[in-house]
Amino acid sequence: MGLFENFFRSSANKSAALAKERLQIIVAHERGSRRGSPDYLPALKKELLEVVRKYVPVDQSQIKVHLDREGGYEVLELNITLPDDEPRSVRNQEGLTGSSRG
Amino acid sequence: MATVIVVTSGKGGVGKTTTSASFATGLAQRGYRTVVIDFDVGLRNLDLIMGCERRVVYDFVNIINGEANLNQALIRDKRVENLHILPASQTRDKEALTKEGVERVLNDLRQSFEYIVCDSPAGIERGALMALYFADEALVVTNPEVSSVRDSDRILGILASRSRRAEQGDPPVKEHLVLARYAPERADRGDMLSVEDVLEILGIPLLGVIPESQTVLQSSNSGVPVILEDGSDAGVAYGDLVDRFLGKNLPHRFITPQKKGFLKRLFGGG
Repeated sequence: MGLFENFFRSSANKSAALAKERLQIIVAHERGSRRGSPDYLPALKKELLEVVRKYVPVDQSQIKVHLDREGGYEVLELNITLPDDEPRSVRNQEGLTGSSRG
Repeated sequence: MATVIVVTSGKGGVGKTTTSASFATGLAQRGYRTVVIDFDVGLRNLDLIMGCERRVVYDFVNIINGEANLNQALIRDKRVENLHILPASQTRDKEALTKEGVERVLNDLRQSFEYIVCDSPAGIERGALMALYFADEALVVTNPEVSSVRDSDRILGILASRSRRAEQGDPPVKEHLVLARYAPERADRGDMLSVEDVLEILGIPLLGVIPESQTVLQSSNSGVPVILEDGSDAGVAYGDLVDRFLGKNLPHRFITPQKKGFLKRLFGGG
């Protein structure tokens, strides 16, 4: 550390401002994707599974629910894998156009 | 009615165990019956920081499994009255912590203690989730550094969604920020995030700022919680933190640089 740098504090590197800016961006982004997985998803998943089970025996682990946000709308994706003995696989994609919260 | 407080952070090495030890010691010093539990199964360290590592006979997992009772496992602190330590198991894996088992032990502890401090392991695996699940309040320990702040934000998200209070729709876990390893001179120069920066990003109330201090390492060397080191900055800061937690309205200290003489500024130091 140079003598002058130490004496004239104003010449020091202001990396904290950069840290703050980067954090604000990444934290906002990650909070956004957290909110993209609302509280009702587990219940929705359970009820959907019950409906499917009325017709086909599927396991709890065989249903995947994803909610993604693309532009101004949200996409709810259901992925249900049917058992091997019936070589059919139902893939059901449904777009839900909700009010753009983002 | 006992209060369960988790000391958590997401990131490792930011001062969770140091904070747990001093916070619990401070509560006990002020007359509250306090127990501090190490949730870091497989990597126990609270016993070392508290200086009772040679007195561990039974541990948290032994109690969960019914292999010992609470009185056999609780270690009574020799320096401070009202303070007990419940060590983690060193030999099991984190799967040994079941939700039912942890709940049973906490309910037993509620009978005899006013404050139950849960020292969380780093990460967001089972040990950390169990440490925060039953919490009424949370001390989120953060360093003024990007990865620590980000991980703290992540932990705040988990507290808000995966704690028992969140799952049952009870009032949310009360969050407190503990900003540790703070160097006011560096923040003043603009090469460290300031208290205000971190508060603005995380948006939770500040409970205390612990200055970077050589005493923290020295006290861990000797197994004495730093709050018991009279006159040290970090010890005084933890004392203030405990008083604030208990409702005192104290100004924050150690957040502005100490005045340096002309020569010291010219030739460095600190």
